Amino acid sequence: MLDMRVNICGVELKNPVVTASGTFGSGHEYSDFIDLSRLGAVIVKGVADKPWNGNKPPRIAEVYGGMINSVGLQNPGVDYFIKNDIPFLRQFDTKLIVNVCGHTAEEYVNTVKALRQQDVDMIELNISCPNIKAGGMAFGTDCQMAEKVVSEVKKYADKPLIVKLSPNVSDIALIAKAAENGGADAISLINTISAMKIDIYKRKTVLDSKIGGMSGPAIKPIAVRMVYQASKAVNIPIIGLGGISSGEDAIEFIMAGADAVAVGTANFMNPHACIDIIDGIEKYMNDFSVNNLSEIKGCI
Amino acid sequence: MKKVENAVVIENKKIASNIYDMFLKLDDIAKESVCGQFIEMYVDNGVNILPRPISICEINANEGIIRIMFQVVGSGTTYFSNLKRGDIIRVLGPCGNGFNIKETDLSIIVGGGIGIPPLFETAKRIKGKKVVVLGFKNRNSVILKDEFEKLGAEVLVSSDDGSIGFKGNVVELIKEKGIAEKNSIIYSCGPIPMLKALSEFADETNIECMVSLEERMACGVGACVGCAVKVFDKDKKEEIYKKVCTDGPVFSSKEVIFDA
Ligand SMILES: Cc1cc2nc3c(=O)[nH]c(=O)nc-3n(C[C@H](O)[C@H](O)[C@H](O)COP(=O)(O)OP(=O)(O)OC[C@H]3O[C@@H](n4cnc5c(N)ncnc54)[C@H](O)[C@@H]3O)c2cc1C
Ligand SMILES: Cc1cc2nc3c(=O)[nH]c(=O)nc-3n(C[C@H](O)[C@H](O)[C@H](O)COP(=O)(O)O)c2cc1C
Ligand code: FES
Repeated sequence: MLDMRVNICGVELKNPVVTASGTFGSGHEYSDFIDLSRLGAVIVKGVADKPWNGNKPPRIAEVYGGMINSVGLQNPGVDYFIKNDIPFLRQFDTKLIVNVCGHTAEEYVNTVKALRQQDVDMIELNISCPNIKAGGMAFGTDCQMAEKVVSEVKKYADKPLIVKLSPNVSDIALIAKAAENGGADAISLINTISAMKIDIYKRKTVLDSKIGGMSGPAIKPIAVRMVYQASKAVNIPIIGLGGISSGEDAIEFIMAGADAVAVGTANFMNPHACIDIIDGIEKYMNDFSVNNLSEIKGCI
Repeated sequence: MKKVENAVVIENKKIASNIYDMFLKLDDIAKESVCGQFIEMYVDNGVNILPRPISICEINANEGIIRIMFQVVGSGTTYFSNLKRGDIIRVLGPCGNGFNIKETDLSIIVGGGIGIPPLFETAKRIKGKKVVVLGFKNRNSVILKDEFEKLGAEVLVSSDDGSIGFKGNVVELIKEKGIAEKNSIIYSCGPIPMLKALSEFADETNIECMVSLEERMACGVGACVGCAVKVFDKDKKEEIYKKVCTDGPVFSSKEVIFDA
């Protein structure tokens, strides 16, 4: 009997496919296309303690096999999220993971405090945000800074804490370890890769912010490598993501060491992507007599 | 409700320099569409991952046909230009809010270049007296002029080089002809400088003006917050970013901050 369930720090997902933060809105936007109850979990777009305006447009640049965004984590804030998005998502039989962003440790803590006692299953901490007290350097690019913010937030979280790693580092294993030392219950990776596109006819960058974060199929080999390296460094569950657009891609991440996978940019390429990926994983399991994904997890 | 449908190309022909006129068999999407909305067309060329937003030019709900017009500017639109009768293309739609048509003494429909197509279905649905003002680069880029005339509307044309109609832009033409009346409503789509000038004209003359905007998009369904436009929020009394794909593409000219 085929069993697609996976367990991420005590929370059971009906299958390993979840949505990547910032690419699936609050789920509402895709509910015309797919039944959200089929998903392992919905990870909603990043929320902060107060509304964030985001960056000046243009915010989107398409590149070969992917895209670069500089949305700047525009969001209406945690109060709006609690009032509107939680009740909406609770109509569906799926887990709810809240992605949290901040410019300072206090901002992260404020949001996590606001989420205490709320009806959510897990928290995902986006440590790719710039730390304004450290000159705008991302929390997730320095081991000490990463460990500190994770341990600070962990004190106030009453739900399992997933820490989402930035790939813009020279050694992902060290950062993964730092997150684990800080008290992370799980890690997810990768976030977008720092990138740029120039319009040679206009002699300027396509994005107003000049630099943005790259996602989509083109980043998958980098993400697979990083999931592999991180899985060797830590003993906590891993959600792998970066360029996944098919069941085969998802299997690749699981073999690299991921317990679950998240689907991001592929939703833009195909609004049914998550469902196609769940079906693709199931087909692989059937075709190759895999009864439980633990049989192939980290098998390489 | 939005959905993804495999459209069959019924016709695709070049009608002006770099501009194509395409008819798509899209049963469900055609039934749900209103004027001023757009569709997202996927580019299955193995290179481009994001769908391209293209406005709905005409809707035939009974026969399940949607007409679009597009200008070839890059790889996606080149791919569309090569599609032939019988080819299949993935389409998501209908997207966006569309024009909210109101009854009034005089409707003024103002379009510039490739911004004109979404105004065609809009003009068809507007009852009562209407004037259509169209701006083109030159006589080789004229689209839809005869068809607007067939709707029984008065059609005025301007071009940048004067090779057809009035030499100048549409706002100058509107002022020259003095066509705006007290209760006129403007429905417009076109390049940003045109919409900005039109919005200033609407403010000066105190008439209502709706503008349809463009911004680079990823999802087209409100999920990525990529397609931001700065607007003034009356209730919050502050400038905020709205989404062109779901809050728009049609906005009141009063709320849009063109210099953002
Ligand atoms: C709501 C909406 C409705 C639209 N309706 C139409 C229409 O009816 N007919 C039509 O021809 N075009 C329309 N456009 C513009 C059309 O989407 C772009 O021209 C198209 O995406 C370009 O794709 P490409 O791959 O050919 O070019 P790319 O290689 O992606 O880009 C080529 C050039 O096009 C510009 N461009 C790319 N994407 C956009 C965009 N989303 N908006 C504006 N400029 C862009 C770039 O600046 C670049 O200079 C609309 C855009 C929006 C947002
Ligand atoms: C438009 C957009 C917005 C994103 N917003 C967030 C966010 O709010 N928080 C976050 O942790 N990651 C965010 N991400 C990163 C994605 O969740 C994901 O890590 C990344 O895109 C790689 O996966 P993919 O290639 O499948 O898209 C965003 C990505 C995109 C493309
Ligand atoms: S294109 Fe994604 S929100 Fe508008």
